[in-house]
Amino acid sequence: MPAREATLTAVFEGHDAMLPSWFRVARIRSETQDTFTLELTADGEKTDFTFQPGQFNMLYVFGVGEVPISISGPPPLRDRIIHTIRAVGTVTRNLWRLKHGDIVGVRGPFGTAWPLKEAEGRDVVIVTGGIGLAPLRPVLYHLLHHRKKFGRVILLYGARTPNDLLYGDEFLWPALPLDLTVDYTVDRAKTDWRGQIGVVTTLIPRAEFDPSRAVTMVCGPEVMMRFTIRALSERGVASERIYVSMERSMKCAVGFCGHCQYGPAFVCKDGPVFRWDRVERLFGIREL
Amino acid sequence: MTVIQQEWMSNALFSGLPPDCVERLSHTTRNESFESRELIFREGEPADGFHLIQKGSVALEIFVEGRGAVMIETLGPGEVLGWSWLVEPYRWHFDAKALTATQTIVFGGRVVREVFESHRDCGYLMLKRFLPIIVQRLQATRLQFLDVYHARA
Repeated sequence: MPAREATLTAVFEGHDAMLPSWFRVARIRSETQDTFTLELTADGEKTDFTFQPGQFNMLYVFGVGEVPISISGPPPLRDRIIHTIRAVGTVTRNLWRLKHGDIVGVRGPFGTAWPLKEAEGRDVVIVTGGIGLAPLRPVLYHLLHHRKKFGRVILLYGARTPNDLLYGDEFLWPALPLDLTVDYTVDRAKTDWRGQIGVVTTLIPRAEFDPSRAVTMVCGPEVMMRFTIRALSERGVASERIYVSMERSMKCAVGFCGHCQYGPAFVCKDGPVFRWDRVERLFGIREL
Repeated sequence: MTVIQQEWMSNALFSGLPPDCVERLSHTTRNESFESRELIFREGEPADGFHLIQKGSVALEIFVEGRGAVMIETLGPGEVLGWSWLVEPYRWHFDAKALTATQTIVFGGRVVREVFESHRDCGYLMLKRFLPIIVQRLQATRLQFLDVYHARA
């Protein structure tokens, strides 16, 4: 089967991957001053939505444009898709302005997933910053749901200020204790803050995990990931057990248009999740 | 070996030091405790040594006119607090405040400097261990200024 045909069949089960399906806004919840969570329900023919943690959808605001957004809800929710979005551009600002019942076009899911099967039996260390926690939230749901299959599960999270921390009630200060070690830090805070100050990389030397066996998943801006990977390597984590989620300008999402080309790869279909040793060389090329 | 010596000897900063070096450093140590919100040292005061944090957490703060105290870093168990004792004119560059009830082992700065001078091998080893800590903190502070989390949409 030709590559193009295979891709389309795989991701859309008969649908044309370039055609959006209709979904309705079920709920919009503000997370921080510039970030919100959008819950969409199926409207029409595509009612059995499944995805792998790490994948993304293309969300289309009619008359405005389309953006790639990671899926941040739990995988078993087949009738509902959840995205946490930072309103930083025209399309994302318009997404935040939508009301209950409004229609959004959705194409997806696209891209590669976090290595949950490989992580079984090992410590799992998630290192993330800012909105980078959103693509890893499905991973946390999966790890907690299948907790006995994994060793220690550690979430290291950084944000600009305490008000920028995502999912605080859910993971950072949950009402009921989770079988999860969480350490978080912010860059800046007022003096009434009792938590930690410093970038997320400072949490890595203190984290208790077995670097020779751990699988690590890193998501955030590239500069954050660069220094995080350096800190993980200094702890002794091998390159082939570090996974990163890359971000590039994705347009078609199926590897045709070339907007997200990253060396020999396309981030939309060969990523966004990459094993570090496979992109390490590209990371050092500033022109890419 | 005393109990206090056992506590600090387990820290990577001191592992593998020659016994005579350990012996001399041990004469400079004392335990200290701080209540939550208690000031440990203040910017401009003489830097009389460094703290090895045993329990609790400590905030480094800088006072900014018109804004008040601004927290720039927090440190926890096993971490070293303070290196101004190493650099002339031996005065603190920041305020340090206990965020929670905190226990530290303090190494007297003047005596440690004397040990470094008289035992150059020991001093060289210790400086080689302090330097990565200083570089790591410098790097972390630079990243804080970069505002690294807001680059991703």
